[in-house]
Amino acid sequence: MPPQPREDDRRVVGGSLLDLIGNTPLVELERLSPPGRTILAKLEGQNPTGSIKDRVALAMVEAADLRPGQKLLEPTSGNTGISLALVAKLKGLELTCVMPDNATPERRALLELYGATIVDSPGAEGSNGAVRLAQELAARDDRYVMLFQYGNEANPRAHYEGTGAEIARDLSRVDALVAGLGTGGTLMGTARRLRETFPRVQVVAAEPLPGDPVMGLRSLEDGYVPPILDVSKLDRKLLVSNDEAAAAARALLDREGLFAGVSAGAVVHVARRVAEELPEGSVVVAVLADGGWKYLSAPFWSGEEIDEAVLWW
Amino acid sequence: MSVVRVPPVLRQEAGGAREVEASGATVRELLEDLAAKLPALGSRVYGDGEIHSFVNVYVDGEDIRTRDGVETPVRDSSTVILLPAMAGGSLTSPPICDRPGSAEPTSPAARRR
Repeated sequence: MPPQPREDDRRVVGGSLLDLIGNTPLVELERLSPPGRTILAKLEGQNPTGSIKDRVALAMVEAADLRPGQKLLEPTSGNTGISLALVAKLKGLELTCVMPDNATPERRALLELYGATIVDSPGAEGSNGAVRLAQELAARDDRYVMLFQYGNEANPRAHYEGTGAEIARDLSRVDALVAGLGTGGTLMGTARRLRETFPRVQVVAAEPLPGDPVMGLRSLEDGYVPPILDVSKLDRKLLVSNDEAAAAARALLDREGLFAGVSAGAVVHVARRVAEELPEGSVVVAVLADGGWKYLSAPFWSGEEIDEAVLWW
Repeated sequence: MSVVRVPPVLRQEAGGAREVEASGATVRELLEDLAAKLPALGSRVYGDGEIHSFVNVYVDGEDIRTRDGVETPVRDSSTVILLPAMAGGSLTSPPICDRPGSAEPTSPAARRR
């Protein structure tokens, strides 16, 4: 029997879609939890644009407190861009996303439909090229404000005040927290809040194992550690291959009926491993960053062998 | 002997090999053995008893920084993975990632114009 919620104060009527960001539900993964242990999935795909990045986008925009005439600029074509586009629209702000010109049509279409302006960067330069171009644009035009989620303290704070506080409110026991490692925002913020309520909680990062064909660093010095990530705050940091992540994403759908993204698969893969190693009765919370909808064109749903270029978030 | 997987960015120093073998009961011993066999590779990864910045070392899929650092035990059957430090989820494809690459870490306030 999983821990029972302490209370139910989920908001069901919001004055704006932004009021419906956060307060995501937890669901027990009854079929994927090891015997005697409980894995609870926090369904971040139920945020308004379908990902956990809605929390981060709202927090960063509100912290930025733009002056009249200023506009948002972000090198992104992922979930953060879509979340920023929603927040910008509802707050009457302009958003420009710099994205590689080989980004998938679905991503481009989604951002455009939400009203973002897109500036193309050379596809061959990947994300680095998008960042470089965004920095050039910001340097040339002082109206641009680049939020930069990797270094923005509003990112972990959104998870401290939101994701972590909600879990602490909703559960009476948490033995481990598992989340994907991207910017580090989810792990840092959620862990800090959970440790206040559950001091012995084990904090575990599920980290993508990058594939060779797209491992585009020219030198080690091009490596990057997000400023908001403090690895010393993690208890474990485990690599997950694309194959393992995709297999778990398929298992989530096949066995639990839960349609989630590939990073969610990675998190569940790690959560099962961690749960198996914990004593009976343990409760593991797995933060599933998004739903599977934005990955429909990816090949892994059919069980095909995955190209290493299949991605996370 | 343990298998050491070499990332593309370091393969030149490994003579183009994707994997090499090295032995040692701990990561420290293993990297010292690696440095003796392939000095160019070893020196890029390890020196003065420490792993260099921007290199992550994993034993059987777990970052040694969340285990016992260079004293993390290694078994003969272990796979050791060397990876450049990077924002997770970022390298696998440009289309939907948010990685800032080698952007200078700058505070949001400093980036406001």
